[in-house]
Amino acid sequence: MTHTDRKVRIWGRPLLYTSYAQDMALFDTRAKKLWCGGLVLFALALSQVLVDHTLELLATALVAAIGAIGLNLVTGYAGQVSLGHAFFLAIGAYTAAALSGDPAGRTLGFGVTNLLIWLPAAGLVAALAGVLVAPLATRLRGLYLAIVTLGLVFLGEHVFKEWDDLTGGPGVGRPAAAPELFGWRLDRPGPLGSREQQLYLLVLVVLVVFAVGARNLARSRIGRGFAAIRDRDIAAEVMGVPLTRYKVLAFGVSSFYAGCAGALLYTVSGGYFEAGSFSLLLSVQYIAMVLIGGVATVSGSIAGALFITLLSPVTRELPALLPFISGDSTQTPNVFQVETVLYGLLIIVFLVFEPRGLFGLWLRVRTYWKSWPFSY
Amino acid sequence: MSVLSVRDVGLSFAGVTAIDGVSFDVGPAELLAVIGPNGAGKTSIFNVLSGVYRPQRGSVRFLGQPILGLRPHRIAAMGLARTFQNVELFHNLTVLDNLMLGRHCHFRYGTPAALLWLGRARREELAARAKVEDIIDFLELAAWRRHPVRLLPYGIQKRVELGRALAMEPRLLLLDEPVAGMNLEETEDMARFVLDIRDELGIPLVLVDHDMGLVMDLADRVLVLDFGRQVALGTPAQVQRDPKVIEAYLGET
Repeated sequence: MTHTDRKVRIWGRPLLYTSYAQDMALFDTRAKKLWCGGLVLFALALSQVLVDHTLELLATALVAAIGAIGLNLVTGYAGQVSLGHAFFLAIGAYTAAALSGDPAGRTLGFGVTNLLIWLPAAGLVAALAGVLVAPLATRLRGLYLAIVTLGLVFLGEHVFKEWDDLTGGPGVGRPAAAPELFGWRLDRPGPLGSREQQLYLLVLVVLVVFAVGARNLARSRIGRGFAAIRDRDIAAEVMGVPLTRYKVLAFGVSSFYAGCAGALLYTVSGGYFEAGSFSLLLSVQYIAMVLIGGVATVSGSIAGALFITLLSPVTRELPALLPFISGDSTQTPNVFQVETVLYGLLIIVFLVFEPRGLFGLWLRVRTYWKSWPFSY
Repeated sequence: MSVLSVRDVGLSFAGVTAIDGVSFDVGPAELLAVIGPNGAGKTSIFNVLSGVYRPQRGSVRFLGQPILGLRPHRIAAMGLARTFQNVELFHNLTVLDNLMLGRHCHFRYGTPAALLWLGRARREELAARAKVEDIIDFLELAAWRRHPVRLLPYGIQKRVELGRALAMEPRLLLLDEPVAGMNLEETEDMARFVLDIRDELGIPLVLVDHDMGLVMDLADRVLVLDFGRQVALGTPAQVQRDPKVIEAYLGET
């Protein structure tokens, strides 16, 4: 048996592989390469086409995608259901905000505005929290783990509401992290355009890096170990996957993604945030992104994050169309209630009709056109 | 020197004795079969060997090292592979990924390399793929390479599980009922693979099965258990004539 390492491309046979390197490549087909390249170019072009308000919304969705990929790593790939994602987002957000905050300001600040410092730091602090929580996952599984991680959200919410020095207190809040790169403030108009344009481009680059990292991790020994633990944990251990270490790793990496997402989230949207944002609803939103986008897929996480984030401006338009829905949160029914109900409904509809989520819909479309016009 | 030596192992669960003083050795390139009625403790012995259960007494040495008390993944890393009575594959992974997971212990690269997929990670994955393809050829699994295992027929799943164990490049292979629920053709295929593993790859095996025809044809030696006790140990011909074995299987005469 001989294995060739020679890469040979035969004209007219784009799917003929002559080496394992070609077969195992991240972009193993020309279609994937073109689609992904095209989408990135399209996303770049959007920064020049769209108005600032829409760009801000899109940037928020891209940051949410980073967080959703993180949740998908621990819940989708490794099968450890976590409702505590909002807690890790909060840790990232406050670490970044405190590091880059004004030392003379009303809230805690250290004046390190360099993005290259506070972004990894936010991820690392959140990852540390994840690693500390992870040992619970080695003792509990399924629903029990979900309940314990749910407890984290309430614990976090309480601490952040009480810790006024850090968070500015409930209802008041504090400024989000200030993004500065080599002395160049990205949240002020600069060479790349307006505040929104610059921040959008920044998060687009960060998302691409994080998404490629997650894809690589998923196809490595580590991703396979995660999937093995999800599908059959005893068999995984007998095949040589150390359960405890891999669960800790899954929570660590997932929380790192969440921390970075949390750090950027309020920098791109509004620049100001409040302790009440990190509630159970936020966790549920991320669960919805993962379920609606596609469990254990990176592209699905991004699609789900875009879908859920862009859902709320659409529902905000409802009062104009359906007069019985109020735009005022003191009246019933109002758009915020409708939105919450929609999340739940969407999760149910997807779980029943397409458990593979938006990614599954895409697969259906792809298989249809692959064999078109012959049905088999 | 024997590959595996089990001495006076006893395992009980709160009053129920599963294994009671079992001792045996497995030599290099030997095929030892373990038989016995349901509940005799055959699978319990496998679970002790692979570290899932911890016996109360006795000792187990694998390649000269004591392994009792080690975590299952440590024992796996030493080169002890097994299959399960009820197929325990990773159902959402493809045949290829299941086999690649079998090589988990042979990878050396860490998380940072995995995130970047550069240098070491890429090299090791490609080398592992080549090794896995050899096993796919050996077990004639090429047609199912890309299929998620949950979609495969039962007989093929059993074969994939054997492949996953082989991918570990084991020094000893434990097969728990490899032909349970298979038809005659699938059984004969599996028997041929088992013999090839012993004779071509030179891997010693311990085999649990209820198919007496298969066991008596393949095994070099047979260990007979009943209610956790060791009834007989010898060549198939010796065991078949042993009055205690006949009593355990057929009842008192």
